[in-house]
Amino acid sequence: MTTATPRSGATGPKPAPPPGRPGAPARTDGVRTDVPGPRIGPEPMTGAQSLVRSLEEIGCDVVFGIPGGTILPAYDPLLDSTRVRHVLVRHEQGAGHAATGYAQATGRVGVCMATSGPGATNLVTPIADAYMDSIPMVAITGQQSRPLIGTDAFQEADITGITMPVTKHNMLVTDATEIPRAIAEAFHLASTGRPGPVLVDIPKDVLQEHTTFSWPPEMALPGYRPTTRPHGKQIREAAKLMTSASRPVLYVGGGVLKAQAAEELLELAELTNIPVVTTLMARGAFPDSHPQHVGMPGMHGTVSAVAALQEADLLVALGSRFDDRVTGQLSSFAPHAAVVHADIDPAEISKNRRADVPIVGDCKEVVIDLLEAVRAEREEGTADLDAWWARLNQLRETFPLGYDWPDDGSLSPQYVIERIGAIAGPDAVYAAGVGQHQMWAAQFIKYEKPRSWLNSGGLGTMGFAVPAAMGAKMARPDDVVWCIDGDGCFQMTNQELATCAIENIPIKVAVINNGNLGMVRQWQNLFYSERYSNTDLGTHKHRIPDFKLLAEAMGCVGLRAESKEEVDRVIRQAMEINDRPVVIDFTVGADAQVWPMVAAGTSNDEVMSARGIRPLFEGDELAAGVDAIDEVVERALEHGDDHAENGGDAK
Amino acid sequence: MHTHTLSVLVEDKPGVLARVSGLFSRRGFNIISLAVGPTEQEGVSRMTIVVAVEDLPLEQVTKQLNKLVNVIKIVELDPGASVQRELLLVKVRADAAVRSQVLEAAELFRAKVVDVAPEALTIEATGTVDKLAALLRILEPYGIREMVKSGMVAVGRGPRSITAAAVR
Repeated sequence: MTTATPRSGATGPKPAPPPGRPGAPARTDGVRTDVPGPRIGPEPMTGAQSLVRSLEEIGCDVVFGIPGGTILPAYDPLLDSTRVRHVLVRHEQGAGHAATGYAQATGRVGVCMATSGPGATNLVTPIADAYMDSIPMVAITGQQSRPLIGTDAFQEADITGITMPVTKHNMLVTDATEIPRAIAEAFHLASTGRPGPVLVDIPKDVLQEHTTFSWPPEMALPGYRPTTRPHGKQIREAAKLMTSASRPVLYVGGGVLKAQAAEELLELAELTNIPVVTTLMARGAFPDSHPQHVGMPGMHGTVSAVAALQEADLLVALGSRFDDRVTGQLSSFAPHAAVVHADIDPAEISKNRRADVPIVGDCKEVVIDLLEAVRAEREEGTADLDAWWARLNQLRETFPLGYDWPDDGSLSPQYVIERIGAIAGPDAVYAAGVGQHQMWAAQFIKYEKPRSWLNSGGLGTMGFAVPAAMGAKMARPDDVVWCIDGDGCFQMTNQELATCAIENIPIKVAVINNGNLGMVRQWQNLFYSERYSNTDLGTHKHRIPDFKLLAEAMGCVGLRAESKEEVDRVIRQAMEINDRPVVIDFTVGADAQVWPMVAAGTSNDEVMSARGIRPLFEGDELAAGVDAIDEVVERALEHGDDHAENGGDAK
Repeated sequence: MHTHTLSVLVEDKPGVLARVSGLFSRRGFNIISLAVGPTEQEGVSRMTIVVAVEDLPLEQVTKQLNKLVNVIKIVELDPGASVQRELLLVKVRADAAVRSQVLEAAELFRAKVVDVAPEALTIEATGTVDKLAALLRILEPYGIREMVKSGMVAVGRGPRSITAAAVR
């Protein structure tokens, strides 16, 4: 009999719980049987009251949602709650992304609530988004009363069935006495291990039922025991490689932010002098201004970061998952590198790229242990990284991030985003939608701190930015929150500006208005012979909608900038306004493109620093010639439907 | 591609079967057979899942299965170190002319006749996948009217046992 993958601690004694971290949700090994807090109850009340009390006791301070038929009973006691504030959104998708923004900006669990049927299905997109980006979220949905379930009753949808593939876990509560336990388990599951969304579906008659409320409830999760403590042998193995490799790279992903390990990472990087790349989900996990930061890797990463991975002899992957947007063609990704892969989710390790040293554990614990192990190893001596740094510095100097001003005299979108970052500074929070503006915001704003960059990385959800910024501003009212959005994205969820105006959530929105679905247009330009099928939104041609007027109609300040001279002035003007949301329509050129770029399905070696310039291709030739783009495009198209399938983010 | 037999202990809760089977289809893995039923422990069910995958995807399957909150434990059962059985019910065309031959074949495989009709016999047999396949090959020429299999169940040999309690 062989054990395929035993749960950790299956045979040995239960590992000791990790030291507590103030402010962080407790991460525990094994089954947690109680929730901290004073003992309460049993008190008689309804299921709905029990739900609101449970939310209060678990420490939830904001719920984003919309009431409706089946969730109505829960909204009645919510009216009386002094500890839970409810923000009435305009669309359930907004509630979900707001919960994500709240969670990304703080690390705390974001909560959204909706009624059954369409209310619940409108939450599916943000739930799937949270699943892909490992966001701690609890979604609470009403459900038709128990006798009606399965009868196609009004506003009935099997939301636990629908969300099964996109939640970490979900549950249908069939007994009011189970409500406190369901909520406690949902928060525990959402926030521990690899975080993720948990949906709790509660039938209307369960909410109406008379029950008793007791707190804390006992959780029953015998199958849930995330491993947080890394294995000592693997740590030592990793430390050996880290001190002996001559071209190592720290490949840092979102897991480092989730584990609140940015400080420890900085210490590890400085101790080892190893270059650091931060993925789209990890922007801010390591200061951009730090000399060891060589940029963001991936499809639109910097040449130096892409090259660092390709030429490395060791990748130390921390909380990253070798996503196709980072690896490019997997078979030619980092061909010379040994891989140390640390992640709290064992299923991520060796999923895409085989790990030579697999480490299952919480990134913070991993980095702390690595620090100690590397210090010990360093006494034996370390490899010389001078040649490696010389190579990366040369690439950084030769191929810095940059952009050209449009030939037609229109405003450069990159410049606008760069100026917002420069004026608002590293203390602000930036939320982006999906597309060109997202990539430029990842490239041209300098992130120095964790939780300052919010975006939809995995699912690539257009319309993410406005509601996410709203959630972030609710969570951090004293910080400046900028929403960098595209005109396509903005038209998907801008109704939440009405929520922001009425609920006094003064976010600042920069609509990078190029009149088009810009990223799709860029792909049409590069891969579809400049045939621009259905990407012109008419926001330039017809000025429909007029974003300035739209903003004003929703109780926001509306501003517009169309030339370079106006940019700083409107940004500063927006920075001055703190009593209501501000929307700036930055009317920018339609033809600006995101560079560098690794075409989907091609090798990272073919990264183009600009159109036709392939610095890494064919040895060290710095510029491979202007025809290169055509070859790359052909090669990309040869990969069959890669564009249709993997190119889904072309929005 | 090899077949692997996974013994999966799960919480006996609504939707668990859907979670497990959904995970297989979602991640692109084919289930050859799946049998589920109660165990010696109340509230715990055991699924025996036979899959045909290479070793590396198998590792990914088990890791993904392990992430399901209702999954308590997964063990791969090695055919050499476990008893693996399947139940077969097969209805064979058998009139008076060939009935004795069919009965003889059933006898050889230690199968039981559980229903007799003038035109057909229903045979119950248990055994390994190979044994049942051999029986079916013998019966095939007479005409198989209907057939149903339980899916494989398996248990490890020796005194050790897989229980939910053992993981605590």
